[in-house]
This record gives sequence, C-alpha cells and structure tokens, in this order.
Amino acid sequence: MSDQPRKPLPRPSPLSQPFWDGLAAGELRLQRCAACDAYVFYPRPHCPHCLSEALKWTRVSGRGRVYTYTVVRRAMHPAFRPDVPYVFAIVELEEGPRVATNVIGCSPEDVRVEMPVKALYDRTAAGIALLKFEPA
Amino acid sequence: MTLKRAAAITGIAEMAPRASAEGLSTLGIWADVSRGAILDAGLEPSDIDGLLVAPPIVDMVAMWPSHLGEYLDIHPRYANIVDLGGASAAGMAWRAASAIQSGLCRAVLCVSGEASDVDTFYAPRAKRPTQQLPLREFEAPYGPMGANSGYAQIAMRHMHEFGTTGRQLAKVAVDQRTNAGANPDALYRDPLTVDEVLSSPLIVDPLHLYEIVRPCTGGAAFVVVSADLAPSSAQTPAWLLGAGEATRGVMLAQVESVTTSPVAQSAPLAFEMAGVTPVDIDLVSVYDCYTITVVVTLEDAGFCEKGGGGPFVEEHDLTYRGDLPLNTHGGQLSFGQPGLAGGTSHVTEAVRQIQGRAGERQVADCELAFVNGNGGIMSEQASLVLGV
Ligand SMILES: [Zn+2]
Repeated sequence: MSDQPRKPLPRPSPLSQPFWDGLAAGELRLQRCAACDAYVFYPRPHCPHCLSEALKWTRVSGRGRVYTYTVVRRAMHPAFRPDVPYVFAIVELEEGPRVATNVIGCSPEDVRVEMPVKALYDRTAAGIALLKFEPA
Repeated sequence: MTLKRAAAITGIAEMAPRASAEGLSTLGIWADVSRGAILDAGLEPSDIDGLLVAPPIVDMVAMWPSHLGEYLDIHPRYANIVDLGGASAAGMAWRAASAIQSGLCRAVLCVSGEASDVDTFYAPRAKRPTQQLPLREFEAPYGPMGANSGYAQIAMRHMHEFGTTGRQLAKVAVDQRTNAGANPDALYRDPLTVDEVLSSPLIVDPLHLYEIVRPCTGGAAFVVVSADLAPSSAQTPAWLLGAGEATRGVMLAQVESVTTSPVAQSAPLAFEMAGVTPVDIDLVSVYDCYTITVVVTLEDAGFCEKGGGGPFVEEHDLTYRGDLPLNTHGGQLSFGQPGLAGGTSHVTEAVRQIQGRAGERQVADCELAFVNGNGGIMSEQASLVLGV
C-alpha cells in the first residue's frame, strides 16, 4: 500500500556513505581529524575545529552513556505511532561526539540519564542500518 | 555602537488567537494586524518605509515581504524576512532599530502570524521534495516529536543536573494561567493548579500536555519608528534600550550543553546596552513554548543562578499582581502560539504594559521590560530591554 506512512530513512550522500556502510557491517565509524585528532560527527567535508580536510574514517568503541532522553508517548510522524512509547535519546560516545538515537532492549521506564549503553545496528527493511543503543 | 534610544515601538496590533484557521488566510491576517499597528502608531501607510516579516512555519513561500507590500500597497525601501523561529519578533525589533539608525528608513512595520491549527501543524509534510540536511539524515530516522522531544530532553537533563522538579516546572504554567484569566484574548483562561498540570497526559517525559504550547491561528504586528518620529506618536513610545542576539545549531545532539542556552550571551548584551540589570526589571516577557524554556531563560538571563530556576519560579509570584510579573498575557502556554506571532506576543505585551494599556492585568509602574525571543530548540535567542 503506497499510502501507508513510512518512516523517514537517511539518504546517504557520498560524504556520509562510509558511516552508513559501517553500520551495515556492524561497526561504528567516525571521522577523525589527522591534524588535530578531533572526532567529527556528523560527517563533514572538513574538520570544523581546525579546517583541515584530512579526515580519516576510524572505527570507534560503540560504548557511551545516555546524555539525555525523553519517552515519546505520542508520535508526530504517523509511521512512529505503532512504536509508542519509545525512547528518543542523545547518547554521548566514549570518544566524545553525541548522537541522536533510540535506546531499545529495555523498558522506557528503566532508562536513566548517565546510564551506560552500547551500540547496536538495527537493520531496516530498506537495507539501511540505524545506530541504536541498548543497556551495556 | 549602541541602539539605545535609536528607535521606539509605538504602534501594536494583535489578533486574538483562534483554535481553527477556518476561513482565514495568512496574508489576510497580516494585512489586518498591519492596518491595526499603523493606525495605532498614528501613521499613514505612506509613512511606512521599512517592512520586516516573520514567515509562516507551515507553508514555505518565496518573497513574502513583496507579497505583503503589494497587499498593503506600501513601497518600503528596506524589506526582508527574519527567520529566527520564535526569536523572529525580537530579532525584527532590533533590526528595525538598526536600519533606522543607519538612515535607511524611519518607520518599520514588523509583521507575523499565520492561518494554522493543530491539524495542519502536525500534518505530514513528506510529499514535498526535501533538501538534504544533517537533521534529516541523523535525527529524523529516530522519531523526534518535533520540538517537543528536544525540550523534553532539556528538561530531563536539567532535572538530572540540578534536581529541578515537575512541580517547579508546572508552577510556570499555573501562574501564567492566572495571568491569562485577566486577558480576554487568551485561548485558555480557566484557573489551573500544579496537580492538574502534573495529572495531564505525559506527552514526552517529563513534559505534560499543559506544559506544551498549542499551535493556533493568529497574528501580530508592531511599528518601530525613529527617535525623531517617536515623540509625536499617538501612543507612549516604548523605547528600545538594549538588544542582543546569539544563536547555535539546530540539532540538540550538536550543542555543548543542553541546559545552557545562547540567552547566556544575548541577555547580557541587551542589559549592558541598556545599562540595567535583572533586578531593575518590572516585567519579564519571555518565550514560553514549554515550561522548561522559562526556567532556562531566567537562569541564563541572570535572574537567578544557573540551575536555580526551579526553586526561583516556586519562590516568586509570577502573576501580574506578583513580585516578578512574567508573561502577563498568559504566555503562549495559555494565550496560544499562532506561528511566529507567538514570539511577537512577548513584544506586544511588553509594549502594552509600558504604555499602561494592559487593562485588568496592568503591572503598576511598569517602566522597564525584559523581552526574550527563542527559536528552534533554544537555538536562536534575541533579547530586548524596552522602557519608557
Ligand atoms: Zn582538526
């Protein structure tokens, strides 16, 4: 049914393709600046800290903590309505960058700020894997 | 360089918010409030030589200022869109003053509002071609609930860092509702208690329904005039005494701290220009899309220490009769949020109070107001000090 609401999926660009390829392969990869060592997320053509273009894709740990979160009890996008209540969170990776994500694998009521979490790779029907987290 | 007393807001007009957009167009609303503001300022259409417009948020159209200029048959020599989300009104006020100070124009009409309602606001917009944005690639796939989930994340982290409680946040909505009871134009006027706020449905933890603004239809406009025109105005001029602006990125995952906003930069700039401090302020008129917005804004503007906003709103009476009158029109939480005119309501209410035209909710001896406009998820901030 073409009228069924579909969740918005990422549209990878040549710039961000390595990130999404990494998730599909079960790894979390971030750009890292060869000039100043900063991790860069989301993917960019140059390092926003020092303007160097020498960014290298690096595999990172996938470990992090819940920086903050909310439990969405009414979805705005119709495709998310069957999922409520779900956790929409910001996770701070061990390496520093923060990512918008979902915490799954536990009850929404059990999520806490600063809770340790680890990455998991949630493959969608469209073939793209999303970066989500579960309690570590 | 200062804008202090370079210009004043003299005329205002505001439509009472409506839940339904039935039979109304955005351009029609704009024309109506524009007419009202020009008349209120005691000016003729031909006096208006500057036009600033805050665009509607549910329908993108190019060249809005020209559409409105044509509709009003005015011919400004300074025309622009100011797109700072809810900070657009405060942003228009100081941009108007700046254009006047530089000699570009003498009377700038600033317009906002839209024909919108809950259904159109939350309607899916997926059928349109979309720009490739990091927000769409790295946030949207995880199901944010518009701005609601972002402010909820700010509140959750604020509670974690500072021990802020749900009762403290609810107090903001309760006092503002008392104010709305004295404003016949407000959408919600029935008294509200802290317990009622906390027993309204949880929408995005920790925020409840009555802590979240309601999109509606409405509009507001104001006229900013030069220092030489202001004294002959039909109304008491509300002088621009100070202004400051600061912005950050749109995605909350990208900001350094979600519990500190750019108000920490914009408000000190405004206070410094005006040569006053928060203790001098008679009226606080600050953006309140959610209860947490007010708490963070009060902290970052220096009304209390960082993290102390929860106890601060609990200890002070924020009603028009209180020791710290705040959002005396009811705030957007009770007045309604007619698109970017929601942000304008904080400007118009401050002008009304300074002009002594606030009726039942008039604050005694209101000579100095702090106004703050807030866009996105606290990403755009424009602060003003207005006074006699
Ligand atoms: Zn670098």
